[in-house]
Amino acid sequence: MIAATAPVQRSPRAKVMVVDASGQIRDLPRAALIDVIQPGDLVVANDAATIPASLGGVHLPSHRLIEVRLAGVPSLDPDNREFLAVVFGEGDFHTRTEDRPQPPSLAAGDRIQMGPLSAKIMHLLDHPRLVLLEFDHSRDELWTGLAHHGRPIQYSHIPVPLALWDVWTPIAGPPVAFEPPSAGFALSWQLVTEMRVASVQFKTITHAAGLSSTGDPELDKHLPFDEPYRVPQATVDAINRVKSSGKRIIAVGTTVVRTLEHAVNEGKIAAGENLATERIGVRTQLQVVDALLSGTHEPGTSHYELLRAFLTDAELERLATELNRREYRTHEFGDSVLVSRTFNKLAEGK
Amino acid sequence: MKTGILETRTASDDTSHDGFLGQLRIAITGGTSGLGLALVREFSARGARVAFLARHAEPVAKVERENKSTHGIVADVSDKDAIYPAALQIVGELGGLEVLINNASDLGPVPLALLADTNCEDLEKAIATNILGPFRLTKALLGALSASAREGRAALVVNISSDAAVTPYPKWGAYGASKAALRHLTEIWNQELSLEGIRLLSFDPGDMDTPMHALAVPNADRTALKTADAAARELITAIETALPRPA
Repeated sequence: MIAATAPVQRSPRAKVMVVDASGQIRDLPRAALIDVIQPGDLVVANDAATIPASLGGVHLPSHRLIEVRLAGVPSLDPDNREFLAVVFGEGDFHTRTEDRPQPPSLAAGDRIQMGPLSAKIMHLLDHPRLVLLEFDHSRDELWTGLAHHGRPIQYSHIPVPLALWDVWTPIAGPPVAFEPPSAGFALSWQLVTEMRVASVQFKTITHAAGLSSTGDPELDKHLPFDEPYRVPQATVDAINRVKSSGKRIIAVGTTVVRTLEHAVNEGKIAAGENLATERIGVRTQLQVVDALLSGTHEPGTSHYELLRAFLTDAELERLATELNRREYRTHEFGDSVLVSRTFNKLAEGK
Repeated sequence: MKTGILETRTASDDTSHDGFLGQLRIAITGGTSGLGLALVREFSARGARVAFLARHAEPVAKVERENKSTHGIVADVSDKDAIYPAALQIVGELGGLEVLINNASDLGPVPLALLADTNCEDLEKAIATNILGPFRLTKALLGALSASAREGRAALVVNISSDAAVTPYPKWGAYGASKAALRHLTEIWNQELSLEGIRLLSFDPGDMDTPMHALAVPNADRTALKTADAAARELITAIETALPRPA
């Protein structure tokens, strides 16, 4: 696949490769997405807005420049001041994360100054660059500091700096994600309207999407971190109605799959806030989601691994071949896939 | 005295919702003077949670100190780069949003001037403040507003208008043309978002005794003008009328 290097959320040339429930593959313009969504289906997206989570700063004990990437929160509590963070050495996004210098040695109690924001390292978390930070500020001060000093996490494959408007999906609401729930870039208000007109329901969850990659293989083994989410009662009600009608639940993005499959217990979705702790993969028995609209992902990534809950390895291999053959674009601003679950492990398990 | 006019009105009864305003999260631009300040005070007094924007740090801090449950944000709505950071602060600090009031306005050249004598830069500033700013901020906050609508809560954008948006008064060209554009944008967007449960309304507060009016008409008889407080109360009544009854 080809890396999408321009931050254009809805390119008129964007494509979607559709894998239906029988495993048949079709290549469509993404503008035709509405044609493969059926009346009565429910589309669920993640409405998290993206925090400008990259903070340039100074590690005060060593006086060395660092970049702090906020990477997770323990809960969606608006007064939370504790953040999981990954610390990088000096440099910026023009250098691949894999090639960035290491930060100074970090220890609990170290203080970090990031523009107007200051914080203390509470703990190191199973890796010398993964820390729990506690900020010194009130809620208002924290948001003001993030708004003026933070920048969205940048990508070395995109040569221009990303602004907040580049990384907020059209439905971005609560600012709780650390990288954009980028499958939602495929959404437009036009599509939302078309869905309404076509009797397709559209609902949302809020999931604090964390980092997708750190460039450090050891650290990446920890991904995805535990991520808090919230399922509104209106979404629960819609899911229950659709499930009882035999129509499909289509998740926009892997975070929605993670939320809904964590929130379900014996067929019932719980409304409210919780913490997604499980990884979705080949052993997952999907209980809620029937199809996934997602970006395209390279084999070996956690997102690709998640697709193994929907498709057999042979089908995934065929999909990857087709994506390459048709020159699909990958990464955050790339093309899309819409994969239906081609097997039912729940039924097979019974 | 001219009463406030709520345009794009749709059918609804006129009954106030006791305590309803106290459940709302409201963002107001231009919140440190005139109608915006009166709205911040009135909503705060009625228990709503309010984020307000204005350009200068000192008055923002003062208004925040003087009004409980308010969050002051220093931002210029005419500055493209300020909009998303401001939206981040609004939703981050309030946790969501039900009502956005695009109140900040730019008069154009002061003293008022014929269009042929208006500098391009003055027209650009009026357009940036009166039409581009509300467009950008509304777009940035549409996700938060639509989330409220999907969950059965209110989702309303009020754009402050003027009779100059309808009547072509000589010397009010920059202001009138930009407010006319805002009024039209409001009506189109209201239609486009009707299926999503998001309402957009224009509100003409009438001639008020505000600093902006004093700039526009320095010799006006102030006793003949409506107070900003009275206009704010009229707008709040109009909002209560426009919003659906809580379940």
